[in-house]
Amino acid sequence: MSANVAAPQAPSVFFQAAKEAFFTAILVAMLSILMVGYQTEVLQGQNMSYVTRFGDVMWAVILVPVGRFLLVLGRSGMLWPPVVLAGAATIYLFGAAVLGLLGLAIYPTLPLPYDQPMVNAIFAVGGLFVVAGAARARRDRTKGAQTFEKREAAEARQAHVAKNLSRILGPILIVVALVIPWTPWGDRALVDSLVLVMTYVMLGWGLNIVVGLAGLLDLGYVAFYAVGAYTYGKLSTSLGLTFWESLPIAGAMAALFGIILGFPVLRLRGDYLAIVTLGFGEIIRIILINWQAFTGGPNGIGNITRVDFFGLPFERNPAPGTESFHTFFGIDFSTTHRVVFLYYVIIALALITNFVTIRLRKMPIGRAWEALREDETACRALGINPTNTKLTAFAIGAMFAGFAGSFFAARQGFVSPESFTFIESAVILAIVVLGGMGSQVGVALAALLLIGLPEVLRDLSLYRMLVFGGVMVLIMLWRPKGLLAYREPTLLLHGRRGKKKAEVPA
Amino acid sequence: MDWFPYFLQQLINGLTLGSIYGLIAIGYTMVYGIIGMVNFAHGDVYMIGAFQAMIVLLLCGTLGISWIPLQLLLMLVVAMVLTAAYGWTVERIAYRPLRGTQRLAPLITAIGMSIFLQNYVQLVQGPRPKPVESLISGGIPVMTRAEGGFVVTLGYMQIIIVLLTVALMAGFTLVITRTSLGRAQRACEQDMKMASLLGVNVDRTISMTFVMGAGLAAIAGSMVTLYYGNNDFYMGFLAGIKAFTAAVLGGIGSLPGAMLGGILLGLIEAMWSAYFSAEYKDVAAFGVLVLVLIFRPTGLLGRPEVEKV
Repeated sequence: MSANVAAPQAPSVFFQAAKEAFFTAILVAMLSILMVGYQTEVLQGQNMSYVTRFGDVMWAVILVPVGRFLLVLGRSGMLWPPVVLAGAATIYLFGAAVLGLLGLAIYPTLPLPYDQPMVNAIFAVGGLFVVAGAARARRDRTKGAQTFEKREAAEARQAHVAKNLSRILGPILIVVALVIPWTPWGDRALVDSLVLVMTYVMLGWGLNIVVGLAGLLDLGYVAFYAVGAYTYGKLSTSLGLTFWESLPIAGAMAALFGIILGFPVLRLRGDYLAIVTLGFGEIIRIILINWQAFTGGPNGIGNITRVDFFGLPFERNPAPGTESFHTFFGIDFSTTHRVVFLYYVIIALALITNFVTIRLRKMPIGRAWEALREDETACRALGINPTNTKLTAFAIGAMFAGFAGSFFAARQGFVSPESFTFIESAVILAIVVLGGMGSQVGVALAALLLIGLPEVLRDLSLYRMLVFGGVMVLIMLWRPKGLLAYREPTLLLHGRRGKKKAEVPA
Repeated sequence: MDWFPYFLQQLINGLTLGSIYGLIAIGYTMVYGIIGMVNFAHGDVYMIGAFQAMIVLLLCGTLGISWIPLQLLLMLVVAMVLTAAYGWTVERIAYRPLRGTQRLAPLITAIGMSIFLQNYVQLVQGPRPKPVESLISGGIPVMTRAEGGFVVTLGYMQIIIVLLTVALMAGFTLVITRTSLGRAQRACEQDMKMASLLGVNVDRTISMTFVMGAGLAAIAGSMVTLYYGNNDFYMGFLAGIKAFTAAVLGGIGSLPGAMLGGILLGLIEAMWSAYFSAEYKDVAAFGVLVLVLIFRPTGLLGRPEVEKV
């Protein structure tokens, strides 16, 4: 900005980078010396001992600062040394890690810093950052610096394109989702994973009503999911109701809980509401654990009737005198039938959620939610009752969680408090925020990424959640407004390029 | 007066627990005061503090340092310094790049960081709980109930925890009210942009806030390691939520509020477990939080927010 002011004698780029690398080295040493350097072990009895791993610490203290050094060089415009060195290291570490994970024999013969392939892969990701940093610096020099406003404008443009595309893309995605079980790749494991992903898509869309549309930060959403699951569990085991009979009751029950919990607290704002909803989520979980007589305590409720095909159970050997799915249709028994049917059920439920959300957005109540999100005080002035409006959002969001919960119970056949921890709420919220609040396609994409990724990484059991947490941070840093940042009022007074004129009330 | 000895014992226990909550709560309340975000990874930073304290204790054993005050000092100082590095790193990686974007973004990175740190510790230290032998045991018998021979004890460890907390609180208040760093922090809390225009290095001030919060969390972690002596990678979650509850209870953004909230929460939990049921002590804690917020939406000592249109 002030180009005329003589800049103080800038230290050379190398000096600056070396300084940063030195501090990074100290920091990494501080972080790792105790936590990585000494692994504690519990011996028999109550004694503890430790094993040292200074080799691992040493490699971290070497690799990370070298990466930092190259990153600073790359960002300051020096292109080739960082890109070549970091790129080579990335390819080497990543390639070796992949080979190691595949269990190929070449792996032990290569000299590698860590004996765990995943750790090498994580360091390779660091190398990737250096390359990306250099590439970004180069783009900034040729195209002008990427300012905050420019970045936001670009993201909004992309989101708008995605919004327009979604009119075509949405049906295509739905068709793709519908035919997947019939394609050669659609084996049981994949469809099973997709059922899980779709459950979270549905939960994400449900929470989107509360967080994305009404702007209420709910950290205890999983409580309603639990209410739905336990409602079906109890109805099935004590009254013998089927899944289809219980589904509306579970939804109504969850909505009722939404109203009961929401009523006293909805006059709180922002983060206070967040902590109270978090508290309610925990209270419900603790009650589920401790109310042995009703909820079965930590063991939960077992032997819940699994989902049936409109009265036809998916049993290999149906009870005498009754028919089961495969005998009725005269086909061979296969466990895949149930999974595929579950898949279609959850797709239908999710699409209902989506459809209701889209329609509600265009109704007065949806407009009121969006107005409330933007400015509560102005809403009051315009005569909107904030409490009722918020309660509606809370109850409808909770209702969809209740549906999803009852589906969950019908899929698993048993429910226990373990499935309804705070981390589930956090993951659902992350799906909504990462998707770009308010964007339906974004939420689906984020669910696919966040739930599908750990499913793909299932083999790396130990590193699964580590990578999950890391990816959550990285995506948010990469796109702070979400994958598809779409948050603009649905209704504009003068329409957008005249397209929505028809909607403007005369 | 037959009930009194039992009550007194619960009071002592609750005060000890509350001091620990208060120390963690300060980290939440300071961060919230300055940048208005809930640092969900703070509970896990506390957990890392507890683990590092535990490792220092083990090393003391290997090195043959057996004088207890020296052990205690080494443990506190090393755990504090190394955990502060974690606090700094978390802020630098996950929060600083997101300054000025939408409000929920740092919340999600905080949750991501929390998951990451938990699994990192599980990976490098193993999933099993670590029992720690108590370094300081015994206590002063305060009074004895006539029948049944119930002795009210004030444990040495409990005395240390409460005294240390009081000392840290006093020191901390001095830092906030009397030093240039504290002045910068208060300036950033009031108006970050204006503070930066007046020459306050906002980034460094926020970093220092995280460093201080992590240091206090590490002390809380060390104390818990000595007091309960059972560390696992998941311990930060519940403690973090409780401490955050304490911060909200006392009025988030207020330092004395955090301490008051912590002690109140500790007392509620101790009394509830003693007189009602231990299983529902968390329900009681959250129930009180909800009640307080309904009748006093900004917490006990919080300033009411003035709404600008």
